[in-house]
Amino acid sequence: MNIQSAQYVKNQETQVINNENTYVNVGDNVAVDIVLDGKTTRVPLDTANRHYAAILEWVADGNTIQDAD
Amino acid sequence: MALSKILPASQEQYAGARNLIINGAMQVAQRSTSATGIGNSDGGYHALDRWAFRETNTPSFEFTWSQSTDAPDGFGYSMKVDVTTAEVTPVGYGYIQQRFEGQNLQQLKKGTSNAENVTLSFWVKSSKTGTYIVEIRDSDNSRHISKSYSVSSSNTWEHKTITFDGDTSGVLDNDNAESLRLNFWLVADTTFTSGTLATSWASITNSNRAVGQTNLMDDTANDWYITGVQLEVGETATPFEHRIYADELRRCQRYYGRYYLHKGNEYMTHGANISLSSNFSFPVTMRATPSSTHIQNINASNCNSSSITFVDFDGASYQVNMSVVSGTVSRRDIYAFDAEL
Repeated sequence: MNIQSAQYVKNQETQVINNENTYVNVGDNVAVDIVLDGKTTRVPLDTANRHYAAILEWVADGNTIQDAD
Repeated sequence: MALSKILPASQEQYAGARNLIINGAMQVAQRSTSATGIGNSDGGYHALDRWAFRETNTPSFEFTWSQSTDAPDGFGYSMKVDVTTAEVTPVGYGYIQQRFEGQNLQQLKKGTSNAENVTLSFWVKSSKTGTYIVEIRDSDNSRHISKSYSVSSSNTWEHKTITFDGDTSGVLDNDNAESLRLNFWLVADTTFTSGTLATSWASITNSNRAVGQTNLMDDTANDWYITGVQLEVGETATPFEHRIYADELRRCQRYYGRYYLHKGNEYMTHGANISLSSNFSFPVTMRATPSSTHIQNINASNCNSSSITFVDFDGASYQVNMSVVSGTVSRRDIYAFDAEL
């Protein structure tokens, strides 16, 4: 998987409950936007997601996820 | 119920869902019906649902990967690998793969003294005759088993049946993560061919994975088709379990779905840059929280963008952004959601 860039996305709407039944507050990071094959893909912070697993490997290789705007 | 409606004992094994493979008849192609230039750095999903390509070590071969209507009697489609850039001396490996969730494999009783044999059956056709390898890999316990089959006659559909022994070592996790992989090898260098083929379950040894594998990628005249892929418990290949398209699509949508999302028409005042949201549910619970990708904007009225603001394995929120101070707002997009293994 050839990740070109990655940036966190914040929860901007309301407090939500994620799959683990924990609250995600406004302003919390909820996803990572990555550019993959020229398209932006929004990836949830879920280790069961193959893209997020690849992001974690990408970070382990010395890359950095940019802060959210 | 009339007695005639009860299956005779000899046919009871044909009842119910036998085939562990999803999209074995190559019916579903949500991403694309054809992908060109597949080769180096293209590991992943490109065309037919649930089927991935895997490679390593920067190979130079390329192929077009497509859903083909060339199929044996009783099937509408096959998967076609059409070599477009040849690599005479193999570098690394290339194979076609399907991955399985552990919770769907508990009937294999793997890692117990009652471990079940499994039988793989499929139709294959290739211009390149020779020996090909099929491998089952246990990702939970780093174990594997490989078997060979022959393409005996060029450009002729042949039906193959291969039985793999049960494995009394290595229990598969009972969860939604990947536990097993089925690999149809197409090319392998000596790293994967220099040993003795692992025809019994063993810890993974690269040199024993694909001994004898033909190099399909050595000529642009080469192609390889496959369909009717079935993997089932037992030592007998039963007739292919044909599923209607809707059933197969739902199975695929647990891992990948492509949907039209729509908001509006709504007359809004006090814009601009007001966001409007709508929630929608997936037609089937996805395996995990999916990634989302904007594929295409279909139409937009007084909207300058859209996004997916929240997603879990049951559904998502679609948000559009108003671009005028007041007016009728609407927008329609196609988004893809990916929870593949």
